[in-house]
Amino acid sequence: MAQRDTEVFDVLLRYGDSVPPVATSQTPGSDRRRIQGKAISIGIATGAYALSFGAISVSTGLTVWQTQTLSLFMFTGASQFAFVGIVGAGGGLVAAVLTAWLLGARNAMYAVSLAPRLDLRGWRRLVGAQSTIDESTAMALAHPEPESTSRYAFWATAAWIYLLWNLGTLVGALGAAAIGDPNDLGLDAATAAALLALLWPRLVDRSMWATALAAAAVAVVLTPVLQPGLPVLAAALVAVAAARISGRRETR
Amino acid sequence: MWIAVLAASLGCYAEKLLGYLVPASVLESRAFRQISGLMPVALLAALVAVQTFAAGMALTLDARVAALGVAIVALMLRAPFLVVVLLAGITAAGLRMLGWAT
Repeated sequence: MAQRDTEVFDVLLRYGDSVPPVATSQTPGSDRRRIQGKAISIGIATGAYALSFGAISVSTGLTVWQTQTLSLFMFTGASQFAFVGIVGAGGGLVAAVLTAWLLGARNAMYAVSLAPRLDLRGWRRLVGAQSTIDESTAMALAHPEPESTSRYAFWATAAWIYLLWNLGTLVGALGAAAIGDPNDLGLDAATAAALLALLWPRLVDRSMWATALAAAAVAVVLTPVLQPGLPVLAAALVAVAAARISGRRETR
Repeated sequence: MWIAVLAASLGCYAEKLLGYLVPASVLESRAFRQISGLMPVALLAALVAVQTFAAGMALTLDARVAALGVAIVALMLRAPFLVVVLLAGITAAGLRMLGWAT
C-alpha cells in the first residue's frame, strides 16, 4: 500500500467524526466494541448524506426506484453523486455512466489491498466485493492487527453503511418527490457542495490540489465547446497526466 | 434511463469484484495505482466546477457561486457533510428568493 493511499484513508477516517484515534494494547472485546461504535457513527454520517443523495437524485429526474437501485447496487457514493449530477446538468447518459465507472476504479484498488487479509471465498466474495468502499477499506486498514479485528472492522463498517445509506436514500428520495421545483430550493447548489465535500478530504497534499485545480480549469474551459458531461470526462485525462508527472518525479 | 442506471451500477460492482478476482500483480502496477488514486480528485473537482459555473453549455456566475463559497467556509470549519450541503442549498435558495441572484 502506497504511503499516499494510507494518508487518504486516514483523512477519510478522521473527517466528519470526532472519535479519537484507536489506542493499542486493548483486549479484543473492548476493541470490537470501539470498532462497532465507530462503525455506527460512520454509518450515521453517511446515512445523513444519503438523504441529500436521495433528494438530489429525484430532483434531477430519476424515479425513486432508479435512485434506490443506485444505492442498492452501485453503492459507492462519489459515483452515485457524479451520475445524477451529470444527468441533472443535461449531460448524456453515456457520459454519466463512464464517469461513474471511472470514479469506481479506485474500489478495484481497495479490493486488491484487502484481498489477502479478508481471504474471501464463494458467495462471501460477492458480498465482500459490494462492501468494498472508502470507509470500510479505511476501517479495515486502520485496524491491521490481528487480522480477525481487521475483518471485523471491514464487515461492521460496511454493514452499518449499507443499511443506513439505503435508508437515507429512500427517505431523501421520498421527501424530494413530495416537493416542487428543485432549483428554487437550491438543490443545484447543494449538489455542487456535496461533490465538494466528497473532494475535500482527498486534498491532502500539493499534488492533489494541483490535480484538482487543473481538472476544474479543464472542465470550465471545455464547457462552452463540448456537450454537457464531456468536459468532466476530459478532466479525467488530467489524472492520467498527473500520475505520469508524479511517476517521473519518483523515478528521478 | 433504466439502462444507464443498471449499466453504471453493474459496472461499478464489477470493478469491486475485479479487484478480488484478478491476480494482484495486474492491478498493482504503479501506473494503475497512481491513476486510480488521482482519478477521484480530478473528476470530483471537474464536477464541482461544472456544477457551479455551467448552465448547459454556457458559463454563468449565479447564486451557486455564493453557495459554494459558503460550503468552502463550512468545510474549513470542519462542519459535517449534511450541514455543508444544507448551508449551500439554503444560501442559493435564499439569494433567489430575495431576487439578488438567479
